[in-house]
Amino acid sequence: MSILVDADTTFIVQGITGREAVNLTRECLDYGTGAKVVGGVTPGRLGREVHGVPVFDTVAQAVAHHGSPIDGSVVTVPPAFTKDAVFEAIENGIKIIVIVTERIPRRDVAQMVELANLRGARIIGPNCLGIIVPDVIKMGGIGGPAKDAAKSYKKGSIGVISRSGGMTTEMSSTLSAAGLGISTAVSIGGDAIIGSTYAELMPLFEADEETEGIVIYTEPGGRMEAELARWVTENNSRLPIVAFMAGRFMDEMPGMSFGHAGTIVEGKEDTATEKIARLAEAGITVAEEISEIPEIMKRKLAERSAA
Amino acid sequence: MRFFEYEARAIVKRAGIPVTDYGFTTDAQEAKEIAARIGGSTVIKSQVLSGGRMKAGGVKFADTPEEAEAHARDILQLEINGHMPRGILVDPKAEFEQEYYAGVVWDGTRKQPVMIFSPVGGIDIEQVAEEQPDKVGRRHFSNILPFGDFEAKEVIASTGVTGSALNKLVPILTKLAKLFVENDMTLAEINPLARMADGSFVALDAHMDMENEARGRHKALLKDLGVGDDETREAREPTEFELAGEAVDSQDHRGVAGNVTEFDGNLGLVIGAGGGSLTLFDAVRKYGGDPANYCEIGGNPSVAKAKGLAKLVLTKPGVDKIAVMMSIVSNTRVDIVARGVIAACLELGMDPSEKIAIFRIPGAWEEEGFKILEKYGVEYADRSVSLHEAASRAVAKIQGATA
Repeated sequence: MSILVDADTTFIVQGITGREAVNLTRECLDYGTGAKVVGGVTPGRLGREVHGVPVFDTVAQAVAHHGSPIDGSVVTVPPAFTKDAVFEAIENGIKIIVIVTERIPRRDVAQMVELANLRGARIIGPNCLGIIVPDVIKMGGIGGPAKDAAKSYKKGSIGVISRSGGMTTEMSSTLSAAGLGISTAVSIGGDAIIGSTYAELMPLFEADEETEGIVIYTEPGGRMEAELARWVTENNSRLPIVAFMAGRFMDEMPGMSFGHAGTIVEGKEDTATEKIARLAEAGITVAEEISEIPEIMKRKLAERSAA
Repeated sequence: MRFFEYEARAIVKRAGIPVTDYGFTTDAQEAKEIAARIGGSTVIKSQVLSGGRMKAGGVKFADTPEEAEAHARDILQLEINGHMPRGILVDPKAEFEQEYYAGVVWDGTRKQPVMIFSPVGGIDIEQVAEEQPDKVGRRHFSNILPFGDFEAKEVIASTGVTGSALNKLVPILTKLAKLFVENDMTLAEINPLARMADGSFVALDAHMDMENEARGRHKALLKDLGVGDDETREAREPTEFELAGEAVDSQDHRGVAGNVTEFDGNLGLVIGAGGGSLTLFDAVRKYGGDPANYCEIGGNPSVAKAKGLAKLVLTKPGVDKIAVMMSIVSNTRVDIVARGVIAACLELGMDPSEKIAIFRIPGAWEEEGFKILEKYGVEYADRSVSLHEAASRAVAKIQGATA
């Protein structure tokens, strides 16, 4: 099992004719059992092909060609056009949207998330590398070319959620080398507002029988970790969680101010020190180094099974 | 991007919210003329992007135009927390009955903006929130539907404000919400919002922050306010080293090699990507290392970019060695970065095996990269060496060299 995607997931790539998107499509097609990339969309490029994937002008055309609803979309179009592309995907019935694009103003992201919520769709990202289920499917650039992704992601029992795309692979590689392996890894993006936070993905991992523990990568800024800590406490999660916090040095850097009203909303929950304390209160261990994560996880798993 | 008070007030005024008859100037003589035009007592306020200007003597009251001129002359020369003022604001000394607060900010957890209103204004809103929570109203609003009058009424009424004050505040809050949304603000705050003797409301001060990513779609507004494209408005001015880093990054569009911050240590860092660089900077410090800089490299930069960045860091005064480290890369080619950093050493007449303390970039094209590094005797590591281990080796090497 896995979360969000599986061997049967169909998806399209919006912006498929861009240089990076062409590579990404190749990587996804080559990985695991071969992703079902059923179409690509670039306005004005109807009739072309990218690695055998037919290109359409609109998402509606891709859906009509496929003949049944399409599950997902990887959106990799310039920031000025991302919101419209995501609205287009949502309004054409797509339920899982991975936004790769960086530098999207948060108002646009918030609008996309609100529409997705109204339509029962889910957004991963923006500014993320997507989702990977080892040996099965990857949706997005996560892990890079198929042969490289295979080195870092071995099948196993740990769910990975990371605000940094690169660190998703670094941590997964460490877990794979230690024999724990990965159930599903999700690169969620590091922006101020994102489609799916740790706490929002936890119920999916909680319901996934294959997942036995969670590893998260986190940074200063925002309230996502506090939200996770609350979720874990309130829901009595069965899953042990190990966190790694980068950017501790940022606590000593002056000049980071959110203004008065910002402080009310963000509280004191956004520094590394505060976050570590809050996670610890919820029973989430914060590892000092990434290499320690597998041992801590093994110990926690043993404690759970003994209890 | 933070706006100066005089700009924030202009934004508020454009949105149709009443402001005082103030004037902005960079000239003391003109301050006198503005004060004469206003008539009566005035306030002279330094225009700096820094807090604590009242304490620093950057805000002074004047009874006559001559006094306003004298204060203006002093304040224009007064440095506050390392910043010289952009100019001064000459404002009528308002005779008000009560101070209120109104602000809009993002709530990242709810993924919506939140309107915050209080009939207790003029001081820190977070303090009010702590001491008199019933006096602070909050209301999240939709990103898709416009902020409605009813929503303004609800948030105002929740703090116990009623009567004509409530009805007069409604359009101010709806205009503030509209301003926040339409200008891609991350903060839009009127504090204090004053109720005058005749019952009308006037914005006496305002704070505005615009999202940097959205600057491109507000060119007209920024042009009207006289904000240049090159004005970063960061906490401190970029150093020459940091500007040189930007120049390296702008060489071509491929990849990122820059985003440099300068420190005064002896270990130069060529590190990446986003999360990897935060991790590695922490790791270097944990093992007692002294970073000369923070930087980011990634997204498959060209050889020229990797070389440019490495040269910049290698020639920074005080740098003995550089450490080239990244988390496992997917789209950045290891061999390209290896070529770039070795070329940098050679072009500077330095021995790569001596100057590069460690090279730890596993991932795409690593075999090719490692071959090049081997040829020049550079110590390298694959993914079996953790980021922290790599950082600790680099620190040990530089400490061995300086001991």
